[in-house]
Amino acid sequence: MSTTIDHLEKAFSDAERKRRLYTALFLGATVFVMAGGFTIAEDMNSGGFIDGLSQFLDYPSDIVVESFEEGWTWWPMLLEFAPALIETINMAAVGTILGGVFALVLAFCSTRGLGVWPPLVPICRRMMDGARAFPELILALFLIFILGASPVPAIIAVAFHTAGALGKLFSEVNENIDRGPLEGLTATGATWFQRMRFGVLPQVLPNYTSYLLLRFEINIRASAILGFVGAGGIGAELRKAIGWSQGAETAALFMLLFAAIVAIDQASSYLRRRVTGDAAFQTA
Amino acid sequence: MTTTSSAAAQSAQAAQAARLSDSDIDARFADVMRASRRQRFWPIGLAIGTVLYLIYAWIAFDMTSLVQQSRMDRAAILALDSFAYKVHVTKDLRGDGAVSLSIEGARQGGFDEDPSWVQRRGDAVEVDLGDGYRVTLQDASLTLLAPGLEPIRARVGEDGAVSMTGPQPEWLKVNERRFEARPELFKRVRMTRTRIEVHRYFYGWENFWFDYSSPFYGMSLMQAWSYAGDAPQIEEGASNRALLLENIWRNQEWQHGEVFKALLETILMALLGTMVASLVGLPLAFAAASNFNRLTLVRIAIRRVFDFLRGIDNLIWSLIFIRAFGLGPLTGIMAIAFTDTGTLGKLYSEALENIDGRQVDGVKSTGASSLQRYRFGVIPQILPVFIAQSLYYLESNTRSATVIGALGAGGIGLKLVETLRTGQDWENTFYIILLTLAVVIAMDIFSGWLRRKLIKEG
Repeated sequence: MSTTIDHLEKAFSDAERKRRLYTALFLGATVFVMAGGFTIAEDMNSGGFIDGLSQFLDYPSDIVVESFEEGWTWWPMLLEFAPALIETINMAAVGTILGGVFALVLAFCSTRGLGVWPPLVPICRRMMDGARAFPELILALFLIFILGASPVPAIIAVAFHTAGALGKLFSEVNENIDRGPLEGLTATGATWFQRMRFGVLPQVLPNYTSYLLLRFEINIRASAILGFVGAGGIGAELRKAIGWSQGAETAALFMLLFAAIVAIDQASSYLRRRVTGDAAFQTA
Repeated sequence: MTTTSSAAAQSAQAAQAARLSDSDIDARFADVMRASRRQRFWPIGLAIGTVLYLIYAWIAFDMTSLVQQSRMDRAAILALDSFAYKVHVTKDLRGDGAVSLSIEGARQGGFDEDPSWVQRRGDAVEVDLGDGYRVTLQDASLTLLAPGLEPIRARVGEDGAVSMTGPQPEWLKVNERRFEARPELFKRVRMTRTRIEVHRYFYGWENFWFDYSSPFYGMSLMQAWSYAGDAPQIEEGASNRALLLENIWRNQEWQHGEVFKALLETILMALLGTMVASLVGLPLAFAAASNFNRLTLVRIAIRRVFDFLRGIDNLIWSLIFIRAFGLGPLTGIMAIAFTDTGTLGKLYSEALENIDGRQVDGVKSTGASSLQRYRFGVIPQILPVFIAQSLYYLESNTRSATVIGALGAGGIGLKLVETLRTGQDWENTFYIILLTLAVVIAMDIFSGWLRRKLIKEG
């Protein structure tokens, strides 16, 4: 009897020791990577960390001071740059819509058991992986070279990346649906489109909408960044303002971008709660 | 009694309903039908709205003129250059009329001796373009032999005008100032009053391992490796194989060393940025979770800080940090760390608010101290969320780091923008893109693997 307990105790303490060792190793590795990484980063950087820290607030305070010096004429700037912001939002919206359509097709093609030709499933999955791995920036730079500097390369780049990223999320939603309605519809002799329309779409649409809104928000940020490398919109204005050291304009653009991102963040999380909340109510 | 009668009434009604016409159904179930019809129409409305919006966008972005302005020829050059290179055979008509060979024209150096497809016979030079196409250069004239065609002769006259005789297939364009023939994608002949150029394309990336200044120049990697093993010491004080690796690393054209340093910078940005963000975000998340912090004011303040950090994009943070820290990975690390402290802090605090209180109570009932309660009651519950989210963000930050890099922080993003801007060496751009994609995909696979491993075992 006592030998069993001894045995158990020994096994337990062994397991405990092993776990502690792993934890210690993990923590050690973390500390090592942090310390080593920061040393290397400090080496590679043109400015030092400690010096930089003291200058960190210089630039923000400079542009705030310049904005104050501008006085009342600062406010009309917000209005003046509004078209650029709208262009960026349009870029994101068109990119999200086009990417969403492709994502929808890819997601249905990459879900087993929806009556799609089976060999298509792995092909669509790899296509999504490829599209998702492509950073928007690379594709945008490429397209800017071919199509010239305009918002369209950014839209294509955003749509391409969105198709992969959303497609993966959509297909995960598809995997998790209840197959019951599909079987019921098959029993009534429904066509493929009818089965998708009445058996699948009502189940997945709330989650799709939620992911689409989230992606739209992400794409606004991406479009602003792509503007910075030549795709127009608020990013292009920002680049100009920073390049010419126009502090007041820079502050106005920062403000506008920040406000837009926060507003859309809030709006989309409100809408997402409503959409998925409704769905929960309906199924209950 | 009542149940049976109502059931009978229902079945009678159902039987009647089965015989009802559409209009009867409409009349009887007006409410349901109306709702159903509304439901049927709003997707159509949404589709129409989307199409109208896209039409507006088409006009707003001036797509029509853009399609006309697009430079598809650039796309073709770019595509060709990414997997092939060309050797120029140039005859200068202005100077002494010498014929020179070089890879990609503008590059320094070239060939110590002529390759087998270029033959010099007296003052004539014969260039074999393969597949039966041959060009002979003599004085200020050229003869192009194409399979199945009479010889095509072109010359620059005394007055500087270009003239030709012979057949004129559709791949040949000629006017007074220039003669341009491109029978196939990989063969090209052009003549102007100042020079004759023959381009022959080859598959592959030229000088990928060794550049002109290397003693191994022109060898393949395997050749060079065995050569380095057998040959006497090429350079004083260094073994041949060390020299070989050194030469690859310092290849001027492909800049392997610099590209890998840039890749390391990008990975550093993503890795350290995410680590800092999750390590700073976690304690802040405790302070922002309502079940751990009873001070509402502090809680709300911290939540607003999260929103602020998250709302200011990576882009803006990196622009601010470039001013403070200068170019380099530190800027990228800080930009990622700032944005993601907000995002991860928010996610962690939500996870903390959703933990199961019973586990904490259970630990408490054994007389555990508050530190032990956290250690055994709280941490095990949020560790999976912590690990999973950090790793998700590590992967997406690898992509963000290339973008921040391109905005000026450095790393592979900046390298990419530089090679794109020169617009010359497309194979270099292609190489960098491939490496970037490889890193992103590797990071994706690595973080997925680590996530599965840690969460399954933890």
